Amino acid sequence: MSDLAQARTFDEFMEGIWRQNPVFVMVLGMCPTLAVTVSAVNALSMGLATMFVLVCSCGLVSLMRRIVPKEVRIATYIVIIATFVTVVDYVIQAVSLAVYDALGAFIQLIVVNCIILGRAEAHASKHPPVTAMVNALGMSIGFVIGLFALGAVREVLGAGTLFGFSLFGANFQPWVVMVLPPGGFIVLGAWLLLFSALKRRKEARLAAQGGGHGA
Amino acid sequence: MTAPTRTEIRSAPHIKGPRSVEQIMANVVYSLLPICAFFVYQYGISAAASILVVTAACLLAERAFVRTGTQAGSLSDFSATITGLLLALTLPPGFPLWMGAVAGISAIALGKALFGGIGFNVFNPALVGRAFVQAAFPAAIATYTPSFLPGRFTQFIPSSLAWPLMAPADTAAWLKAMQFDALASATPLAKWKFEGTLTAAGDLLTSLAGHMAVGPSPVLILTCGAYLALRRFMDWRIPAAVLGSAGLTAWLIFALGGTKYPDPFFMLFSGGLILGAVYMATDMATSPVTPRGMWVYGGLIGVLTVVIRYYSGLPEGVMYAILIGNAATPLIERITQPTPFGKGASIRTRKSASYTLHPDYISREEASAKTPKKRFFKNKPKKS
Repeated sequence: MSDLAQARTFDEFMEGIWRQNPVFVMVLGMCPTLAVTVSAVNALSMGLATMFVLVCSCGLVSLMRRIVPKEVRIATYIVIIATFVTVVDYVIQAVSLAVYDALGAFIQLIVVNCIILGRAEAHASKHPPVTAMVNALGMSIGFVIGLFALGAVREVLGAGTLFGFSLFGANFQPWVVMVLPPGGFIVLGAWLLLFSALKRRKEARLAAQGGGHGA
Repeated sequence: MTAPTRTEIRSAPHIKGPRSVEQIMANVVYSLLPICAFFVYQYGISAAASILVVTAACLLAERAFVRTGTQAGSLSDFSATITGLLLALTLPPGFPLWMGAVAGISAIALGKALFGGIGFNVFNPALVGRAFVQAAFPAAIATYTPSFLPGRFTQFIPSSLAWPLMAPADTAAWLKAMQFDALASATPLAKWKFEGTLTAAGDLLTSLAGHMAVGPSPVLILTCGAYLALRRFMDWRIPAAVLGSAGLTAWLIFALGGTKYPDPFFMLFSGGLILGAVYMATDMATSPVTPRGMWVYGGLIGVLTVVIRYYSGLPEGVMYAILIGNAATPLIERITQPTPFGKGASIRTRKSASYTLHPDYISREEASAKTPKKRFFKNKPKKS
């Protein structure tokens, strides 16, 4: 692999993690992001399930991109995604029934997750399989990071635990609001604030550097 | 040598009042000081520490957000101080200090900074802070202690001094050691709601009788509010409307519903209704500016307060009533626009507004489109 191709692949991979992070930059897939992130375990398993579906369906969509007629492409993507969601649904049920109960209908709802359909339509259907899967992997890692960031904060404040381990002892005062839906919105807002502040600071620094070079 | 006269051409208003935001806010703070002093007299050093910590948290949060440069206002305009003092007065005196700091920070962050600073907030910041801790710590915010306890100036209420993030100590055992029964620490509203016992309205009015779990005296709050109203730092219509409609609603239900419901005086003087009506509902940024709108707004808050107190699971409803009133403020202002001077009845106004699109606009969208013909007639022609 040449240096250029390597750099491009790395760029595809990093796109979803930072520059186009599905949770913090594109603000996509808010339904699972807000609903299942009451604990870090739930958030991680939701993220991993989405990762499997995203990578596999993007690869398959990319393989079939020359066969599928343009008119029925959305229906085809949905069937492909639904297939992998069914697989994930059964796997989670087999591995851990507790996680399956905690996530509830949101596993089946991965089918309509707009990150997956968006990646299939905007990226996988226009790129070769390897590129598409690398990009999908980066995207889903970005999604996992986003879910984990929310789930960890909500679990630490809402229950005083992280991955079920008590952090503050038995006398901890739980913040009830954090495990309720408003807590999801408040924590998401706080993370978005942090990310946009970081982004703005970076842009200001780049602008200052650019000005310095121009002078 | 005289300076040359300059002719300035500007749009109205031409006469500027001498009053500034700082002056108004400072006067509100002065009028709040006697109430805070009374609160400290009732509950001792716990109340003093609560007021200090909550206000400090508000000021620190305000400073942090103002420094980002995205906020209107500054630290010296006293608005964060008012938020802190009011928030502390609405919290129980034995509220853990770290939770008070959380309340203060969330009041400024969620209630004020989120909207862009002073004057842009939709909801009263102090009540947003209280709503946040009500949702986060429902047990702690419902734990009151009786006033005028012996030794209140030498020892803290044990729940005040909880470590950050830790659950507060149980005040029931502490009170039992002081020979108080569990009922002594219930607020008059909670006693009425859950026990069915009424407190005399006269006792509530002064807050001085016995060991009641009540806030500062309604008489004192009304006096301080009257000072603000007389100096025109606050509009008297809003408290009048809130108290009037709450009293009227409570009296109607009392008259029609019979002995099941408490008398209207109990409704008026218990809980935070007086404080809310005088100091929270009158927040300038979040209440209507039209005189008729103020009556509508106050009336809405009064009715909602009584309805929430009677028919919901909560004993107190002032906070949510005012927050709902705040949310309705833009709509109230829209329906209560005053008629401009000179626009008499002789000039016919158009009854219904029509929003026809400019023909060019449509043709820009679609080259072949024409202006749509009016499809809905006032008097629909009958089909022949």
